Amino acid sequence: MAASLRCFLRSGKNTVSALQRRDFHRSAPAAVQMTVRDALNQAMDEELERDERVFLLGEEVAQYDGAYKVSRGLWKKYGDKRIIDTPISEINVLLQAGLRPICEFMTFNFSMQAIDQIINSAAKTYYMSAGLQSVPIVFRGPNGASAGVAAQHSQCFAAWYGHCPGLKVVSPWNSEDAKGLLKSAIRDENPVVVLENELLYGVPFEMSEEAQSKDFTIPIGKAKIERQGNSITLVAHSRYVGHCLDAAAVLAKEGIECEVINLRTIRPMDVETIETSVMKTNHLVTVEGGWPQFGIGAEICARIMEGPAFNYLDSPVTRVTGVDIPMPYAKILEDHSLPQVKDIIFSVKKTLNI
Amino acid sequence: MLQVVVSRSFADFTPQATFDIKKCDLHRLEEGPPVKAELTREQGLQYYRTMQTVRRMELKADQLYKQKIIRGFCHLYDGQEACAAGIEAAINPSDHLITAYRAHGYTYTRGVSVKEILAELTGRRGGVAKGKGGSMHMYAPHFYGGNGIVGAQVPLGAGIALACQYQGNNQVCVTLYGDGAANQGQLFESYNMAALWKLPCIFICENNKYGMGTSVERAAASTDYYKRGDFIPGLRVDGMDVLCVREATQFAADHCRAGKGPIIMELQTYRYHGHSMSDPGVSYRTREEIQEVRSKSDPISMLKERMLSHNMASVEEFKEIDIEIRKQVEEATQFATSDPEPPLEELCNHIFSKNPPLEVRGTSPWSKLKSVS
Repeated sequence: MAASLRCFLRSGKNTVSALQRRDFHRSAPAAVQMTVRDALNQAMDEELERDERVFLLGEEVAQYDGAYKVSRGLWKKYGDKRIIDTPISEINVLLQAGLRPICEFMTFNFSMQAIDQIINSAAKTYYMSAGLQSVPIVFRGPNGASAGVAAQHSQCFAAWYGHCPGLKVVSPWNSEDAKGLLKSAIRDENPVVVLENELLYGVPFEMSEEAQSKDFTIPIGKAKIERQGNSITLVAHSRYVGHCLDAAAVLAKEGIECEVINLRTIRPMDVETIETSVMKTNHLVTVEGGWPQFGIGAEICARIMEGPAFNYLDSPVTRVTGVDIPMPYAKILEDHSLPQVKDIIFSVKKTLNI
Repeated sequence: MLQVVVSRSFADFTPQATFDIKKCDLHRLEEGPPVKAELTREQGLQYYRTMQTVRRMELKADQLYKQKIIRGFCHLYDGQEACAAGIEAAINPSDHLITAYRAHGYTYTRGVSVKEILAELTGRRGGVAKGKGGSMHMYAPHFYGGNGIVGAQVPLGAGIALACQYQGNNQVCVTLYGDGAANQGQLFESYNMAALWKLPCIFICENNKYGMGTSVERAAASTDYYKRGDFIPGLRVDGMDVLCVREATQFAADHCRAGKGPIIMELQTYRYHGHSMSDPGVSYRTREEIQEVRSKSDPISMLKERMLSHNMASVEEFKEIDIEIRKQVEEATQFATSDPEPPLEELCNHIFSKNPPLEVRGTSPWSKLKSVS
């Protein structure tokens, strides 16, 4: 009864059919399967439609439909003015006065060509101008390792961008994350870095009816508990949320119930959600694809140690990370350079001293 | 190794001939490379062999990629063979060369065997980078890769040229980039420094008309890439003619070695494949265009026809070479598909040079791995 009422309230429309559905109400309102790619596409489509000042620029985003097809169909729909193919000039980050650009990097590895502009021109300007000049810009693209793309194309930049005041940094995992966070990023008045993941682009996830709405956004700065548990807290972002859920499923068979937190936002990080969880479970494992030194896990460790949750820890925090090396090409080496589900399981057991 | 079984003796063949080649467009140069090129029989057969080997190697890579034995990125060079072959013919092994990611051809011309290249593509321990580099990261003495970030290799090339000048060794550095990279700011910084300090750097733009899916007209305010160095003299060269490329490179190398500073060459060339194996290459250009280049301007066919028409070699001879190359590529493929992957002990090696062994963190704090130089 309560569930169907929620359904009625949330959907707004179709109220009659919702009431009529009451007797058959077993599952959530009509959800659809959508890939991360399509969710990002939908987010951009909706925001382009909503606000004339929004436009997309990047290499191959228009006529090629996007190097990874994320912007498929947008050029056809919105034309040259709103969807712009650029030459290979990453550094031309445009401070388009009064406009709201979405800058696509073919991968974040190439953003290093433009990183001076991202930090010194985008991140710091509102501060330096004491509020006179805002920079409502979105930088988005695939981040982190793909498959077999070797050292120069596999780096994770979460820690690099997460380090800088003035930037917001988000890292979606599933389709709802992708759509909601990208829409929030586009609507935000500040520079936002959206770290997508190429391996997730083609993965379908369930999109709730709420998420299908044109006004669906996810607040930046709020983590989500994907799975409840009492034994130990796992915190991850992007692809590794999936790995943690897989590990949790295996561990559940042995009676270990993991609470899995999807960070969603790197900066500002939702430390409170992590702390609350740790105060319940007393154990923490962080999981990331990036390198260990000065990384996301390192930051989480520091923040936990500085806050109330420290006294609730029964063992030191464990960081599961990428191996501290440039990414090798050969498959066997690449597989051993990144956290596997078995590494997470191993670390959980070590942390719990099992 | 080649056993040429022909019905005619070598004495029947023309040992040397002179060919007309296209005149180069010049920028800030009073005179350019010669419009006639001399070719000996030996040279012709050697250039043919080089280009055909690169061609067959790239087509084999295409096949292996479709079988998922090669993974990740794979940018093929077929169509552009005259560039690599012509450049190598005009420089010395002691000269230097650096290019971007469409690098398999140059890896070969700079001395790495087909076997080691294919084994690198398949990620095996016998690969030239022990399987750790992959398609875009192959190196050899005086060959600096193989670079994944568009344009980043150009400042590196200027730096190598600086080293040549510093050491006074009369060597030059050939620094290659594509039409897409030609719009990168870092190139212009390199042009400035190279010209200011008169570095022996030959900047070469391989203009294959498309930067991934973007045609040159949509990317560049000026598509006269040989003029883009402004104060640096430039040549526009027919990149499908190996003799034209050779003569131009010879001219450029002489220019640099004479202490006149850098020079830019634009090689007008074409790639048959798409940008990479994940690009079919037909959404931004027509199949007719590709077919036209193949039938009218193929670099290997052009050389072969020249030599045949001047009686410098026989059809059978070329067939024999083709058969031998096919065999060589097959053997290399055999190796590349049967050689084992690198051992796990290799994972963390080669972080630092000339360093005592160090400990590397694995995926968890309990995973302590070893790294040696």
